[in-house]
Amino acid sequence: MADVTGTSGLIFKEALLWEKSREGRCAFSIPTRDVPVADLDPELVGDAPDLPQLGEFDVVRHYTRLSQWNFGLDSGMYPLGSCTMKYNPKTNEVQAARPGFAGAHPMIDDELSQGALELLYNLEQYLAEITGMAATTLQPAAGAHGELTGMLVIHAYHEKQGHQRSKIIIPDTAHGTNPASASLCGYESVNIRSGPDGILTPEAVAAVMDEETAGIMITNPNTLGLFEENLREIADIVHAKGGLVYGDGANMNAIMGIVKPGDLGVDVIHFNLHKTFSTPHGGGGPGSGPISVVKELEPFLPVPRVKKTEDGFRLVHTNPDSIGRMLTFHGHFGVLIRAYAYIRSMGAKGLTDVSKFAVLNANYIKAGLRDDLDLPYDRPCMHECVFTDKKQVDDGVTTLDMAKRIMDYGFHPPTIYFPLVVHGAIMIEPTETESKETIDQFIDAFKAVVKEAKETPELLKKAPHLSKVSRLDEVTAARKPVLRG
Amino acid sequence: MRYLPHTPQDIAEMLEKTGHDTMDDLFETIPEKFHIHGKMDLPQPLTEWELNAHMEELSQDMCAFPKNKIFLGAGSYPHYIPSLIPYLAGRSEFATAYTPYQPEISQGTLQGIYEFQTMITELLGTDVSTASHYDCGTALTEALLIALRKKKKLNKVAVSCLVHPHHRQIINTYFAPAGFEMVEIPMAADGTTDLDAVAAMDGIAAVAVQSPNFLGCIEDLGKVREIADTKKALFITSFTEGLAWGLLKNPGSFGADIVAGEGQSFGIPQSFGGPGLGILTAQKKYVRDLPGRLVGRTKDSHGEEGFVLTLSTREQHIRREKASSNICSNNGLNALTAGMYLATVGKKGIRELAQINHDKAVFLRDQLVDAGFEIAFERPFFNEFALKAPKGYGVKRQELKKKGILAGLSLECYYPALKNHYLFCATEVFSRQDMENLAKEVKNG
Repeated sequence: MADVTGTSGLIFKEALLWEKSREGRCAFSIPTRDVPVADLDPELVGDAPDLPQLGEFDVVRHYTRLSQWNFGLDSGMYPLGSCTMKYNPKTNEVQAARPGFAGAHPMIDDELSQGALELLYNLEQYLAEITGMAATTLQPAAGAHGELTGMLVIHAYHEKQGHQRSKIIIPDTAHGTNPASASLCGYESVNIRSGPDGILTPEAVAAVMDEETAGIMITNPNTLGLFEENLREIADIVHAKGGLVYGDGANMNAIMGIVKPGDLGVDVIHFNLHKTFSTPHGGGGPGSGPISVVKELEPFLPVPRVKKTEDGFRLVHTNPDSIGRMLTFHGHFGVLIRAYAYIRSMGAKGLTDVSKFAVLNANYIKAGLRDDLDLPYDRPCMHECVFTDKKQVDDGVTTLDMAKRIMDYGFHPPTIYFPLVVHGAIMIEPTETESKETIDQFIDAFKAVVKEAKETPELLKKAPHLSKVSRLDEVTAARKPVLRG
Repeated sequence: MRYLPHTPQDIAEMLEKTGHDTMDDLFETIPEKFHIHGKMDLPQPLTEWELNAHMEELSQDMCAFPKNKIFLGAGSYPHYIPSLIPYLAGRSEFATAYTPYQPEISQGTLQGIYEFQTMITELLGTDVSTASHYDCGTALTEALLIALRKKKKLNKVAVSCLVHPHHRQIINTYFAPAGFEMVEIPMAADGTTDLDAVAAMDGIAAVAVQSPNFLGCIEDLGKVREIADTKKALFITSFTEGLAWGLLKNPGSFGADIVAGEGQSFGIPQSFGGPGLGILTAQKKYVRDLPGRLVGRTKDSHGEEGFVLTLSTREQHIRREKASSNICSNNGLNALTAGMYLATVGKKGIRELAQINHDKAVFLRDQLVDAGFEIAFERPFFNEFALKAPKGYGVKRQELKKKGILAGLSLECYYPALKNHYLFCATEVFSRQDMENLAKEVKNG
């Protein structure tokens, strides 16, 4: 197994910050005092917060060691289904850090922030063009926040029509955030099942769609990695009853330059810029979740809106039909810069190639592992493929065990136990930025794990073996939470 | 394209394995009439070097710290960021990782967030902190929603009109479809919230006040606690300038139930307003009501200390429509960054830095008063304050913009009664000379 990239190495232990603290140390260069001390009313003054006291090198070594306990995308392949862990280009970091952007105040006058407003305006246009929509807001902070924004827009639209509706259709292949976002808008989720081949049927939608239903939330490609072939027909059914179609764009990575959701009847779509548009996930964020809408819904988008005028770009702060405001300022601008830089680097052809290679890589993995793992939906997949542990359960090995063991081979595990419709799901999304050699190594590693499942299942049950810590006691963590030191 | 590694030979071999003749065949499940064949009206791709030039040009078309002197806070504050912060936070093991759902290979993020939770609760005097939220406005909104869930029969909250105007807009936006109502508590003559007005408000689930408030004034949080108690309402407080707690009595010491805040001042660039850092902390009894992720300490199967995401049964991926919030991605990397910043300034540094901020602001206030401004409110402030401008200041302010100085935020559009009032901010980044220059410019009319 010369090709196995996972190996053990020297890992340092590192105490908690306050265990390293020594009275009197300070890692900060205290600014020169060039004005007199102005004492505040002692009634208002508190004790100095008991933060750790460290030297500069202590802080640097502490976080360097911590970072070495993390598996990042730059460390190795990270085939998390539905999360699109693609390469995060380094030039994007340089662009976001430019002093003119990093030091910009969000409430200064429009004429003093033309560079940022121009970038925002153009990024809105690009996202609308990629999805075939009319208008975009960049304000939402994350995918789920975009969903909520989209649902608020739909809610405001129905309000304006004079008849509010009470329900929303959500297929079983939806992201977990979909029903949570809908319920924040007071909509009751009507859950429907996908057809036997993992695709939603027009009949299933027609059976529940009525004039009390605000619309449907649909992910395309869906969370099984399959293209919803009937989407146009489904959209027509929903529209005929006055409903709207919400498209979860988390999986846009599969269809850029291939098909435009707007052409399929989608009225609102959100993006996860931290997925499709290459911005770093940051260990859980910050992300960015813009939404694009059809012309009819533009008046409902949050304010402020960026307008292009003859004297440059302007922010328009009021709009009578707007839902209001979703975030304190103009969205996660630092993330938006990175996504803008990515689109400008790729162009139309580059983005189309992204989707093509993302789909090629996923199909290649599906072909490579189909003899080893159970494939519940044997259909052409898009950017990800979903297997199960059905072939391994008789050996007493589960999806979780295989996921933990693959770490020892130097790979981040795939997404597991999602989507919920597939029992023991193993959801693999390689993305377009992994090379054939790396994917071959991943396939070989997974085959080796499957072989071990049969021959030495105990090895999997106790995996991972090479990580800094072994499996953690999550039950006690939840039962007796220790949330601070 | 350099991010796409596939060679023609790779493509041929891979298609053979998948059983497709061409790349287009991979998309056979998409009805032909919808295929756009790569047609998107986007600009031609740029090389790395062309991109640099383009972005430099855009970024130059900005008024920004430190090139310009922007005497403005209002929710976004210029502060020095030690070099080690972007260096460490930019490490790809942190920046390019996903949410730590696989704790065995995510201990760096997890310990870092646990340390953040610890330091933030120390700073605010509360018991528990989430792993972060988007920003202060959304965190405050979530805090109010917690109160409305706790007091199920009520559908109103009382929120000070001196909470950041954008935060109040967010609250209204979230509240509209659910039929919740935000009642605004008016302003008193001294620039703080008129808490006596709450006495007449009935059926409120929470009393929420920002301190220091939007006008910079430090609120009487002890009195908020009393009023909230008489109304049997939750006491919620928020802040936009976290550095204030290096000097002021923290909200936990006044018995705040939930504290929401903005952590941008802790080593995070202003970046035109985002991404910032939403802070959401509370007393222990609300731990299971808090939306968003929490990191907890535990042991591994060999008895070694380690950390995991915990209490996730509250979250959307498990509870779906019954979840306490739909939040999924948060602002984790900025929480880690804030942790690095708090560890860097430490106990000694945060106190001195906070005092310097206050000193600079008092100095600027005195300079401007000397130049013809009038004090608007007597109430003490931390590092920002409102003043009534001398006649003709609007024109002067426009002229100063041309010199790269942004001198205050006009308050009239937020508070029509505060005609000719401006909000100023001074932090450690402004030198005495910067402030004297500004005063001189104003004086010269």
